[in-house]
Amino acid sequence: MIYKLLIVDDSKLARMAIVKELNACYPDWQRIEAGSAADALRAVEQEQPQIALVDFNMPNRDGLDLAADLRALTPNMPIGIVSANHQQEVVDRARALGASFLPKPVTEKSLREFLTSATKQLQGAAS
Amino acid sequence: MTAEAYGDVALSDLEFDSLTELVNLGVSRAASNLALMVREEVVLTVPKVALLSRNDAIRTLGERAAKSLVAVHQTFEGAIVGRALLIFPEEKSLELVRSLVGSELSNEEIIELEQEALAETGNVILNSCLATIANSLQSSLKMSLPEVLRGESARFFSLPPPPAGGTTVMFIYIDFLVRRRNIEGYIAMMMDLPSLTALQSLLQDLIRRTGGPVSG
Repeated sequence: MIYKLLIVDDSKLARMAIVKELNACYPDWQRIEAGSAADALRAVEQEQPQIALVDFNMPNRDGLDLAADLRALTPNMPIGIVSANHQQEVVDRARALGASFLPKPVTEKSLREFLTSATKQLQGAAS
Repeated sequence: MTAEAYGDVALSDLEFDSLTELVNLGVSRAASNLALMVREEVVLTVPKVALLSRNDAIRTLGERAAKSLVAVHQTFEGAIVGRALLIFPEEKSLELVRSLVGSELSNEEIIELEQEALAETGNVILNSCLATIANSLQSSLKMSLPEVLRGESARFFSLPPPPAGGTTVMFIYIDFLVRRRNIEGYIAMMMDLPSLTALQSLLQDLIRRTGGPVSG
């Protein structure tokens, strides 16, 4: 099945890096890119992605704030928080929101593991 | 389109974005290590990257920082050349050391350990930051030993060796806060301008490896 993945990061390079790994894992999937939390919320409304990867350290609203909004809007959406800041507090806050934590830079292996678990979660919710 | 230009060097928007992201990666790793050392959460701001004259950079630091500062200073050289500093108010220095070594020690013992603990903290933080940047750029950087300095910010940026490239520098800074202990400080980096041409070429390689277009 083909899914739509939302990639949120204020850095274009970081989004490009994730797209590159996504193309290695699931070249058929659709991707939607957003450079801020506000753009991400608009994209969710308009494009309805099923899975989101969200950078933690962004100007204005950070990735955990955005993840809380996404959780409220789409309770079953698998969310991955991406950051090189792997402090336990950040990881714990991600988990408290039911989100996964992916260390930055995202590797093909970590992305594949996250997306495999995300698709299982979505298929489980649908059946 | 040019996001930041000075003299002969102009970074495109994507090159500038890539540099900011690299600094973000480096500092986030560094903050994670600091958090492990002090066993407290360390909060970071998004890095600010600017091309400034050396005097403007010093003025910027002077405006936002207390007069009495402690800094751990390291120089780096390789394809890019510059200096990195971990800076915080001198009044917080003992508190930082206390958070590193534990509260069971006496004030005398803390004061005795101060210099060594600060140097080691700076070493871990600045090295993890610079090593992340160097690895991402697939370029090696040689870092000097950490040196603990006290005084005003202007002094920190006028230390030897003299800058290799005139008066313009790439100035990068990020605030950090150890919230529960109310220790705030910042990491600042200054890169010499001749390095910027080398840096631009490394950034273009990185963008190419990431699959993006490279202009110029």
